[in-house]
Amino acid sequence: MSMKSNDIQEQSFQPKEILLEGIEVVKDEKESKKRVRGIHRPKTNSKALLKSLSLPFALFLILFVLFPILFIVFYAFTDANGFFTFNAFISFFTNTVKLNVLLISVLIGVLNTVLCLLITFPLAYLLANPKINKNYMLVMLFIMPMWINFVLRTGALRDLLTIILSAFGTTTGEHPLFCTMVGMVINYIPFTILPLYSTMLKLDKSQIEAARDLGCNPVKTFTKSIIPQAMPGIVSASMMVFMPTISSYVISDTLSEGKIMLFGNSIYLSFSQSDWNGGSFMSLIMLIIIFIVMFATRKFENAGSERGVSAW
Amino acid sequence: MVKKILSYCYIYLILLFIYLPVFYLIIYSFTAADTLGMWSGFDLKLYADLFTNKETMIALGNTLILAVVASLVSTVIGTLGAIGLFYMKKGLRSFFENVNQIPVVNAEIVIAMSLTVMFVFVGQKIFGGANLFSFWTLLIGHCALAIPFVYLNVKPKLTQMDPALYEAALDLGSTPTKAIHQVIIPQIVPGIFSGLLLSFTLSLDDFIVTAFTRGSGLLSGHSQIETLSTLVQTKIKKGSLPPEMRALTTIIFLVVLTIVVIYSLKVNHDAKKAKSSLAGAHAKKRSSFSKEAR
Repeated sequence: MSMKSNDIQEQSFQPKEILLEGIEVVKDEKESKKRVRGIHRPKTNSKALLKSLSLPFALFLILFVLFPILFIVFYAFTDANGFFTFNAFISFFTNTVKLNVLLISVLIGVLNTVLCLLITFPLAYLLANPKINKNYMLVMLFIMPMWINFVLRTGALRDLLTIILSAFGTTTGEHPLFCTMVGMVINYIPFTILPLYSTMLKLDKSQIEAARDLGCNPVKTFTKSIIPQAMPGIVSASMMVFMPTISSYVISDTLSEGKIMLFGNSIYLSFSQSDWNGGSFMSLIMLIIIFIVMFATRKFENAGSERGVSAW
Repeated sequence: MVKKILSYCYIYLILLFIYLPVFYLIIYSFTAADTLGMWSGFDLKLYADLFTNKETMIALGNTLILAVVASLVSTVIGTLGAIGLFYMKKGLRSFFENVNQIPVVNAEIVIAMSLTVMFVFVGQKIFGGANLFSFWTLLIGHCALAIPFVYLNVKPKLTQMDPALYEAALDLGSTPTKAIHQVIIPQIVPGIFSGLLLSFTLSLDDFIVTAFTRGSGLLSGHSQIETLSTLVQTKIKKGSLPPEMRALTTIIFLVVLTIVVIYSLKVNHDAKKAKSSLAGAHAKKRSSFSKEAR
């Protein structure tokens, strides 16, 4: 065995020696370093070429991601003539209508997130169970609606709801909240399925079994083992639903017949009225909400993973 | 057994729930009645109507042209950006990665509003009151949506790659452009492809950014560019979905379904193959062990 490994070493050394001969072995260390640097010089140049490839990308991000946000901040605190003012700030926080819109948006966002999670959590659990589903196609079918134009789907749902509700003698306009929620849930189920499904695939089955063996009843197994393990998936699924719901426009506008204003509708309204200052201020508020939620969930996610570690 | 039946019931019930509106349209696409829910016998008239309806065809053409151009541009910029950042110093790289993350978490309407405000400002103050809104602003909007996702799809493939490969190619006498083309790109092709696909679907489905940043151009000529999303939205704002849209829904559904079936068959096949090859590897290991034992 040892003989063999020696052979291999000898063989592997041979090409190196040839290489060294090719560039002349230099004994002085400093000189050799210089030489090596000399050999490397074209490489650093070519790395500059590699780096320059990202120039369009970097420019695009600065021009069309960073700058626009600066413009939003600028417009949020100036008036139509470009002078500094707190007008948008004051009119937003003293306007009960706009504040109500924000409150209702957050409430509908929470409601939608909870409903979607309640429906898709068991669904993802079942789909990830190899005893029930081995076919990837079933998972894809749940995601597939995302590739059918969502305005088209929303219009279809509105027409369907109109027919169903007319059988009960009412219209969609009379039940704006119900219709909006049906539309929201149908639209966001595909978004929640994927993150939940992928964490369910990674569930540690032996931990769940151990919990059962150690005397946990099903409820306790669920709350102490399955939920903590699935926490990253739950958090990212909630993020996929909550934020887009608050800022959604088409679903609430179409299905509530314009009776439910969400924050997105409010921003859209200021766009269609060319109210750039008010719209920018609301966008800024939205941006701040997004960063707060991001920050909060990042902490939450860490807590979840820590809990997972402590469970070990 | 009962448990299994119940779980199947649950799965298919939810599936039915999310497809109900689409199925409803598909069924009634095969009849000529204008109002949804009325069946006046089997008829393919709506399909003929769809292809002769100029408005819808223009919107469809615009949507496809925009999606193709936007996804190609985004894929090129995003991929090159990922390669360049990969070889950059850490500080600069993490700065651009953080900026790249903004549109990913940002609400679409905020992206749309911020771009619009900027275009309005630049048009008024720099170009002297010019209206900048055109196909180009629309393209920028769609790229702003898609480029970050292309980057996020390509980057993991780069980190899986051996960073010394590029230098090795240079050592072996390849020119830098050739090294990028023949060594780096082939390593990250799957990431590029999924980035392209994602940006294509993002562009196809978009409503908000399109509504905010569009101007005149493309097939719409001198009037505002209509894509499928904006056209359908203006229609359903006025009343129910136009009948020919039922035929369009059926066609879109069939196209997407075909792609999904082919893709999942491939995934299932690969999973089986991986399993069997794993089993094969185990068998080889076992046989080699037994040889050594001898």
